[in-house]
Amino acid sequence: MADSFHDLIDCRDVSKTYISGNGPVYALGPTTFSVESGETIALVGPSGCGKTTLLLLMSGLEKPSNGSVRFRSQELTAPHREIGLVLQHYGLFPWKSVKENVQLGLRIRRESLHGNRVEELLSELELSDKVEFYPQQLSGGQRQRVALARALALNPKLLLLDEPFAALDTLTRERLQDLVAEMWRKRRFGMALVTHNIQEAVRLGRRILVMRVEPGHGGQVVAEVDNPSACEAAYRGSDEFHRKTLMVRERLELWA
Amino acid sequence: MKSRLAYLWAVALLLGMWELGALLAGEVVIAGPGTVLARLVVEAQQARFWRHVGSSAFRVAAALCISFVAAVPLGLLLGSSRRADKIVRPLIYLTYPIPKIVLLPLVLLVFGLGDPGKIAMLSIILFFQLLITTRDAARGVDREAKYSLYSLGGTRLDLFRHVIWPACLPGVFTALRIATGTVVAVLFFVESIGTRYGMGFYILDAWGRADVQQIFVGMVVLALLGVILYETFDTLERLFCRWKQL
Repeated sequence: MADSFHDLIDCRDVSKTYISGNGPVYALGPTTFSVESGETIALVGPSGCGKTTLLLLMSGLEKPSNGSVRFRSQELTAPHREIGLVLQHYGLFPWKSVKENVQLGLRIRRESLHGNRVEELLSELELSDKVEFYPQQLSGGQRQRVALARALALNPKLLLLDEPFAALDTLTRERLQDLVAEMWRKRRFGMALVTHNIQEAVRLGRRILVMRVEPGHGGQVVAEVDNPSACEAAYRGSDEFHRKTLMVRERLELWA
Repeated sequence: MKSRLAYLWAVALLLGMWELGALLAGEVVIAGPGTVLARLVVEAQQARFWRHVGSSAFRVAAALCISFVAAVPLGLLLGSSRRADKIVRPLIYLTYPIPKIVLLPLVLLVFGLGDPGKIAMLSIILFFQLLITTRDAARGVDREAKYSLYSLGGTRLDLFRHVIWPACLPGVFTALRIATGTVVAVLFFVESIGTRYGMGFYILDAWGRADVQQIFVGMVVLALLGVILYETFDTLERLFCRWKQL
């Protein structure tokens, strides 16, 4: 068996079954994959293919029914200081200002709020003039930048993004994808992105895992596409970008 | 500022209707606003009057504090823990629809005729109103908010402090505002029994002596008590839930 010592996060035969009133719901079938330090992957697939479940397992918020998740060679049983999470509906707290939202992780972890980390992050994400605003005073794109700032304030080694830009218009979405790519080039954190948008997967995932649902067994990974230029500055619009987009699309259609 | 102006015209309208009623029915049945104000000024110079007001205010304040401390934490717990809710729910569903006021004889028997009995009765009624509203508000906290907090490293205590409590606060203030109407009404009732102090007694005593002016003074004071409580909760909500006003 390959030694996974260098892996940042390692999911081995993880599966998830929820027990509901109508019997078991198979959310995710046995799945094995890993993300290396500084690597970015995109999980792409139709609704209900278990990609969000997989992300929740990687965040430590949900426990696998079978198999194990190891983060930096340690069994992951609870949310980890070095894993950041950004959710589709931002998960911001409407009763906290932008600054309070971004500082919350540091406050909860009883880490110093002093120093310029939060201020620098806010200015990098073009939120400097919005620090005293409440989330409901911001546009969708601005809210998602706040959520990003909040996750990055803890300097994560692994950033998990669950359909982060699904609710945004195309231009805002592309701008934010470019912004995430830029943040990644500067910081080189590991990243796992869940999306049903093919372009988004190709823009940000240096490795793209295509998932499908097998009724009665839950979702599973059925194909993998290498995409080494993802996250590079001018990738969108290049020939390679279009080629990879078509390739991912073919894989999705093949397994649909 | 605008809402204060709106208040003025409402007060003017009510005073106008009152004055009209007094004119039509005669001051023997309905004492007019002018007469009542003059009487209020006379009453306000007597220590005895303030003892009535003080007794009532103390009972209301004590009942609000007791029911708040007992109901709100329990409501937050029941709304956020399915297991706790499952255990307690049958008890609440069975006891909630019982009109608590019919328990008055029992409550007075247990807690006595004095302040403890009266405060207990008021507290029991407020307790259920606050409990149900708080629990429902806590139930409305969505999963994504919880995930966010836990992923930032939050504990269950952090969840209460940073998510459930602030999310429920507007609901708690709504419950308190609704409760003010109930509490003043019940106050009048409990103060009609076994006491010589309080606005309930003050009104009934005047009624017995057919002192129409004093009846109206008592009604005005109880109304003011309700308005003051309502405005207090309104102001507190504006202060503590600034995000709700955006």
